[in-house]
Amino acid sequence: MKKIIITSIAIALFGTVNAQTSEARGIEIAKAAEKADEGFISSIVELKMTLKNKNGQTSERLLTTKTLELTADGDKSLIVFKSPKDVKGTSTLTFTHKVGSDDQWLYLPSIKRVKRISSNNKSGPFVGSEFAYEDLSSQEIEKYTYKFVEEKGNLLTVEQDPVDPKSGYTKRLVTYNKDKGYRFEKVEFYDRKNSLLKTLTYSNYKQYKNKYWRAGVFTMVNHQSNKETVLNFSDYNFESNLTEEDFSQAALKRAGK
Amino acid sequence: MFSKIILYSSLFVFILNINRIQAQTENVKKVIHDFELEVEAEYKYFYDEAAFTNQKDHYPSIALTPEYSIQWNEGYESVNLTGFFRLDRDEERTHWDIRELYYQKVKKKWELSLGLKKIYWGVTESNHLVDIINQTDQVESFDGEDKLGQPMAQFTWSSDAFGTFDLFYLPYHRKRTFPGEKGRLRFPLAIDKDDIKYESSAEEWRQDVAFRWSHYFGAFDVGISHFYGNGREPLFTFDTQGNINAFYPVINQTGIDLQVTHNAFLWKLESIYRSSKAQDFFAMVAGLEYTFSNIDGNGLDIGILGEYLYDERDELALSSMQNDVFFGSRIAFNDTQDTSILIGGLTDLDQSSKIFSIEASRRIGTSWKAEIEARIFNNIDSNEFILSNFQQDSFLKLSISKFF
Repeated sequence: MKKIIITSIAIALFGTVNAQTSEARGIEIAKAAEKADEGFISSIVELKMTLKNKNGQTSERLLTTKTLELTADGDKSLIVFKSPKDVKGTSTLTFTHKVGSDDQWLYLPSIKRVKRISSNNKSGPFVGSEFAYEDLSSQEIEKYTYKFVEEKGNLLTVEQDPVDPKSGYTKRLVTYNKDKGYRFEKVEFYDRKNSLLKTLTYSNYKQYKNKYWRAGVFTMVNHQSNKETVLNFSDYNFESNLTEEDFSQAALKRAGK
Repeated sequence: MFSKIILYSSLFVFILNINRIQAQTENVKKVIHDFELEVEAEYKYFYDEAAFTNQKDHYPSIALTPEYSIQWNEGYESVNLTGFFRLDRDEERTHWDIRELYYQKVKKKWELSLGLKKIYWGVTESNHLVDIINQTDQVESFDGEDKLGQPMAQFTWSSDAFGTFDLFYLPYHRKRTFPGEKGRLRFPLAIDKDDIKYESSAEEWRQDVAFRWSHYFGAFDVGISHFYGNGREPLFTFDTQGNINAFYPVINQTGIDLQVTHNAFLWKLESIYRSSKAQDFFAMVAGLEYTFSNIDGNGLDIGILGEYLYDERDELALSSMQNDVFFGSRIAFNDTQDTSILIGGLTDLDQSSKIFSIEASRRIGTSWKAEIEARIFNNIDSNEFILSNFQQDSFLKLSISKFF
């Protein structure tokens, strides 16, 4: 790890990539981004999801997302729907794993049932939006292989190929901002036929605790269907001190009531 | 009815008191109130001629479900209320209930709930054997998924390493609801729920207990439970004149539920052993669910379900599922309106009886929801002790809900 930091400092200082393969540089950037975001411990955020169809008609969902950072394994997250009202209280608990499939439970408030669900469906849309499940799951280094593509000023573009054959993508092109804690500026998604499917752009960035960059707006445009989904994040809370106990099945039931 | 009112009012006073004590001792930072109301209009049509006198063909109905919750102490303490009222042509289906009214406190690994609450246990789709805490609100739906609020003290301890332990103290038994004279899906003589007595001399005030441990290990989710108290299912006996004698026995029931989640497969098992003075038996449901996901690249999921049901009670099983196979399909469009369809068929391996069902739902706009349900009783064997009474009771149900 120390070696990587030293090399990234070296790159930052001299801007040279001479003796390095594109794979090594790609993974180095991904690791630098992970490092820059380490230590946030937990967060709670309110999310408004706006779905727009090709005729411009919109529909909205409100969700609350709680995240617990884990270093030995992937993060844990709890998502609770607040609207539309007929699905209010529907919640999911996800334990992401660096290697292998994630564990996921769904809570159905009308019958108070917790159901373990398959995390096999990575490529399917999340609640009718342009975000697939895999777009919203925790970004673990181990889930991709990397190739450095280009550097333009402070922007670095890295090709990321999903390890899991069940992914809906052949590759993503991720643009990092190396001057702003390696935050994501843009992601382009290529479908299984390797044609451009979607573009995700991040805007309204804010820095929390002097370290963590969080975008206020995610805009996902599907170029093939001309549909669009916008995520608006508000009330980021990094002071909640959530623990493992806030991510248990008992907590899942409480969240949905 | 009188005891019900006393029960609710004493619980309510109790909860108000807790509320006041909390308000005094805690420096409450933020209190969150939440109110929601669902108004549902339903129309049920039975297209076959009624088997018994006084039964109708058309049943328009209205139901109200208000929900209120108040949370404080960063959500670690709350009071939650869900009420229910239905107006129907069948006076027994016209009923009200407090589905939930409980105070809850959470501290790290501990959780305490006091009041009326609904608890669900189990993994299978066609029958819910393990699920025993709440009484079934039989007049509400044929599938038995609607439940009456159960008074309880529930104590939960959960940890990552050891799983979840639930202890239940259940001080009061609720009697099952049954359709009245004008209702469908009943026996030749309508059962008056107050005619069903208890084996226990303490009757509904018998102090019952239950325990459950659940945990997950990789792909395995497992639950083991035990219940000791007044059974939720009445035992029916018939004399030579055909009169029904029914009572709630004191039972011991041990249950196990298991799900293995592997890729797109969900393997499921639920099994119980129930013993009482009058009857000991074993029952199980085992099956699988497999989902073909995102078939069209647009989010269409098609799941297939298959389950085998066995009940040692044979024809006395109130569920009528003694040696049956269930096939079904769950279709989810994952569109903005959350359109979904569930189709199922239950076929008896010993007799000709078959039950088909379809349930579909779709959101309309942002605060409306439309649902369709149909149940078809087909070729019901006249030897079927329970089901033969329902052979004329195939129905189509349309409902629309508005959420405020």
